[in-house]
Amino acid sequence: MSARTEADFQTRLQNWLPKLVLSPSLAMVLIFVYGFILFTVYVSFTDSRILPFVNNDGQRTLELIGFSNYEKLFSLSHWEISLWNMATFAGLYIGICTCLGLGLAIFLDQKIRAEGALRTIYLYPMALSFIVTGTAWKWFLDPGIGLENVMQSWGWTSFEFDWIKNRDYAIYTVVLAAVWQTSGFVMAMFLAGLRGIDNEILKAAQMDGASNWNLYRRIIIPQLRPAFLSAFVILSHLAIKTFDLVIALTGGGPGRATELPATFMYSYTFSRNQMGIGASSAVIMLMTIAAIMIPYLYAELREKK
Amino acid sequence: MSVAMQDTAIRTGRAVRVLIYLFLLLFALFYLLPLYVMLVNSVKPLSEITGGGMMALPEVWTIEPWLKAWSTAQIGVEPTGLKPYFWNSISMVVPAVAISTILGALNGYVLTKWRFRYDTILFGLMLFACFIPFQIVLIPMAAVLGFLGLAGTASGLVLVHVVYGIGFSTLYFRNYYAVFPTELVRAAQIDGASFFKIFWRILLPSSGPIAVVCIIWQFTNIWNDFLFGASFASGDGAPMTVALNNLVQSSTGVKEYNVHFAGAILAALPTLLVYIVAGRYFVRGLMAGSVKG
Repeated sequence: MSARTEADFQTRLQNWLPKLVLSPSLAMVLIFVYGFILFTVYVSFTDSRILPFVNNDGQRTLELIGFSNYEKLFSLSHWEISLWNMATFAGLYIGICTCLGLGLAIFLDQKIRAEGALRTIYLYPMALSFIVTGTAWKWFLDPGIGLENVMQSWGWTSFEFDWIKNRDYAIYTVVLAAVWQTSGFVMAMFLAGLRGIDNEILKAAQMDGASNWNLYRRIIIPQLRPAFLSAFVILSHLAIKTFDLVIALTGGGPGRATELPATFMYSYTFSRNQMGIGASSAVIMLMTIAAIMIPYLYAELREKK
Repeated sequence: MSVAMQDTAIRTGRAVRVLIYLFLLLFALFYLLPLYVMLVNSVKPLSEITGGGMMALPEVWTIEPWLKAWSTAQIGVEPTGLKPYFWNSISMVVPAVAISTILGALNGYVLTKWRFRYDTILFGLMLFACFIPFQIVLIPMAAVLGFLGLAGTASGLVLVHVVYGIGFSTLYFRNYYAVFPTELVRAAQIDGASFFKIFWRILLPSSGPIAVVCIIWQFTNIWNDFLFGASFASGDGAPMTVALNNLVQSSTGVKEYNVHFAGAILAALPTLLVYIVAGRYFVRGLMAGSVKG
């Protein structure tokens, strides 16, 4: 009798074990991701200003105030500037990375000698921290000691390159450094796509007299659609999250010329004591990313089934 | 990026090939330029940099900037150099990578070999967690870390990185184990092998490639993290990236560019080494695990 209950217990345990093993991770994700998202959404509807959520008398300061944080947010020129900067930055960053990545991948796919070495060189920036990248480019682009100074000391005295200090052009230096960091990775994605294309079709088209240009335009590039899609999703996600690079390269300046939503959120939450507005900007960021990621992940998961 | 070279059907003329090589080399120079600038300026005296010699090789070679960046440079208010922060990062990265990888392997095992109702939805929830902008969790996380008394500590950052790292580690292992023959697992089950025994004896021994991918990925991401470090540990407990930023942005005194460059290389060294030593396995493992189709 007791042997049977024990065996019973054993099988029951074995049945429950998988779920038991999964549960700590699941609990962490539910609390620290989804619970926290809900909490931030809640904070964005309150008048909270700093952590902890109590005032000097020990009273809670989480007073609900409806949408007024969002109203304030969208009336702030600071936020508007960071949205425009994000549009400029994301558009150029995604566009240039995609073109450059595709170009490098196509050229690298022509039975190039030392392909491995070149690939390593193109990809290594991916391993670096954005703070390192930012530091290197910050001083290289600095008119006082970097490129401008070097060119002038080489005898080209009229050479000027002060984009990083110029309100109108500083955002392009962020694009430059970000492209430098990730275009190699995009190249790798396209190269994987190119290597997966069936050569027989290409040979057949060639027999029919198709030029290289037409081969790429009509057959190869259309087949890279999945790679384009992944590149777009990954790059837009990286663009919206861009934070460290701006902090290290320009600090959001000169003025507010390179403020992005991520730096806006950080400064409103932690240094300007406007946590409610910070939270509402974070919610906007999440919704933007979700609008891109959820359809993509949904399609991916359905495909895999 | 499949590793094997294969024949392309495309044929190109000689002139075109020369142009292609030129283009590829030009961009190789572009990618190498910042590394060259960092290396060459970290071993020359400050006067040579400010005198317009950023691109030149040093006239006088010196390792002074490296020593200074490592042990005496002013970080924040203390002249400690980057050394203590380097160890902060190490003591944060090692446990965070280990724990998130182990949890990811177990999750991947359960999600592919012990499937149950709604497991795809659970996986979807974990997967989406990889892609959230972390700004959305900063406020509650700061509150919770403060409440637990973990604010500014290495253990606090380990917790943060484990929590936000298991999404990716689960993704890697799940996709890898998905193509592992389930019959082997079923056969072992019939022979009476337990849940953990199957994992330990059957799946784990063949998990090498994906473990490498996962460890490199987590190591790089956690070492390079700045947002969490700056938000939750900006003082003595700060990681290397935050300390480097403090060094470079400090507004007091003369800007010692050579020390900044040496510090930047010190911060980049661990991930660069991992990339150079194990980058090959990373690519190979990614292919084997077919992260994407």
